[in-house]
Amino acid sequence: MSLTATAATADNERFTLDPSVARQNRRRRFGVYASRAAVFVVIFGGWQWFTQLGIVDQFFFGQPTKIVKQAMDWFSNGTPYGSLWSQIGVTLEETVLGFVIGVVLGVIFGIALGRVRFLADVLGPYIKIVNSIPRIVLGAIFTVAFGLGLESKVLLAVVLVFFSVFFNAFQGAREVDRNLISNARILGASRGQVTRQVVLPSAFTWILASMHVSFGFALIGAIVGEYMGAQQGLGLLISQSQNTFNPNGVFAAMFIIAILALVAEGLITLLERRLLAWRPPVLSGDAPGA
Amino acid sequence: MSPNTSESGSQTSTRTGRIELRAVTKRFRTPSGSVHTALRDLDLVIEPGEFCAVVGPTGCGKSTTATLVAGLERPSAGEVLVDGQPVRGIGKRTGFVFQQDAVLPWKSVLDNVAAGPRFRGADRRIAHERARDWLRRVGLTGFENRYPHQLSGGMRKRVALAQSFINEPGILLLDEPFSALDVQTRSIMSHELLSLWQLTQPSVVFITHDLEEAIALADKVVVMTAGPGTVKAVYPIDLPRPRSVQEIRFEQRFVDLYHQIWEALRDEVQVAYARQTALAS
Repeated sequence: MSLTATAATADNERFTLDPSVARQNRRRRFGVYASRAAVFVVIFGGWQWFTQLGIVDQFFFGQPTKIVKQAMDWFSNGTPYGSLWSQIGVTLEETVLGFVIGVVLGVIFGIALGRVRFLADVLGPYIKIVNSIPRIVLGAIFTVAFGLGLESKVLLAVVLVFFSVFFNAFQGAREVDRNLISNARILGASRGQVTRQVVLPSAFTWILASMHVSFGFALIGAIVGEYMGAQQGLGLLISQSQNTFNPNGVFAAMFIIAILALVAEGLITLLERRLLAWRPPVLSGDAPGA
Repeated sequence: MSPNTSESGSQTSTRTGRIELRAVTKRFRTPSGSVHTALRDLDLVIEPGEFCAVVGPTGCGKSTTATLVAGLERPSAGEVLVDGQPVRGIGKRTGFVFQQDAVLPWKSVLDNVAAGPRFRGADRRIAHERARDWLRRVGLTGFENRYPHQLSGGMRKRVALAQSFINEPGILLLDEPFSALDVQTRSIMSHELLSLWQLTQPSVVFITHDLEEAIALADKVVVMTAGPGTVKAVYPIDLPRPRSVQEIRFEQRFVDLYHQIWEALRDEVQVAYARQTALAS
């Protein structure tokens, strides 16, 4: 027996904008891009100009054209420690390894403690204590204990990533809608099924939000680790440039790192869109800076 | 009170799903540390296949009654029995439709409806087949791959109903299921609920604050006192079935019943309201 439904289709009708409104939007967007370009010109043009005039000492602050020249030189002639690509590769390897391990551990511990009250009560104080240690100083210990190779950097990145993901996963597991859990249990879900099919997907909104920040943390871990002692990597490049009084080298390495971080951010946003496809889309007007 | 003459009353002997609450008391510890008594000495019997509506003022423990029968909560005193057995934990044959949306937002409509059989170990293909069947019954064919947020509130309720009915519950608890819907959608959904109920005839506890809805749907209406809640009176509804929820409210018998039950409910509503305003001032 079938029931007659009077359900309306959920299709959103596309409506067309008034041409004058469209024109206004276009003009606004052009204004934003033009202003962005202006900000760029003022900052970098000013930098270049002031250092050329000698008002700002380029011995300390470098100069944009020389930074570009330094980067080009690294790209075409390589760095003292091998090609620039291999430096980027080493740093990326440490970062990605640290990020992945940190995220996996953070999610596992966060969900477990969020679900099992006993574990949370027992381990809670210890996690707070460890979390209150300024973790960068652990880098010094790791460099001594694990040497100048990959492990010490990965470990520092893991430590930095873990806590940010852990606290979000924990909070996410705690704040799951009670109704969703009750409903799943009544439908017949076991405890494990509730964890996997209700708590985990629900906490993923939180976890993914923390991943944006924690990739940056992983990069910091890798760079600081290299800076403290390494045989290769962008952090080493920075510390060597610093030691040879070459600010252009420091800035060049810095901009390369910034580009890496931006690309990673883009990839994480893509991943987020894929994993959270079930969420209602955020209403996209012409949000500033979007 | 007139005797219960609806057809479901005569089939009690062979069917399962008898619900019995014996002197049930439920206390909660409030966040401030004091003890709040939601239910006190509640006695209630729902026969197999019977549609029982529970009405009462806000805060009288109606929803608590449903969670006790479902096994989501344990009574502080007294017993909750299903088919003579005390309820310990969530029963396999229990269905529950929540007031708020409780469908899983990250699962498609089809996966949501198939969730029950999948949790219970059914093969994916078979679960999907049965889910399609139930989606057809609630009129959602063609929406299988949508996510809940892409549906209207009424459609999400249909998903919730299909999700519950696919498990073929012997006991179905509905906690103000349609209260978030607009009036027109609500009466359509009530009608659909009745059609679905007649398919499998589970025993139903339908919690509502809407007396009209209660009379239009139920075999008997239970009026609860203002909290701590207990049963004030039980009214058999002798309106013939099948009923048309939209039209039955114009019949004289319906109006008479409404008057009679409202007399009992009004006092409790006033008590509850007076308490609320006393707290607020």
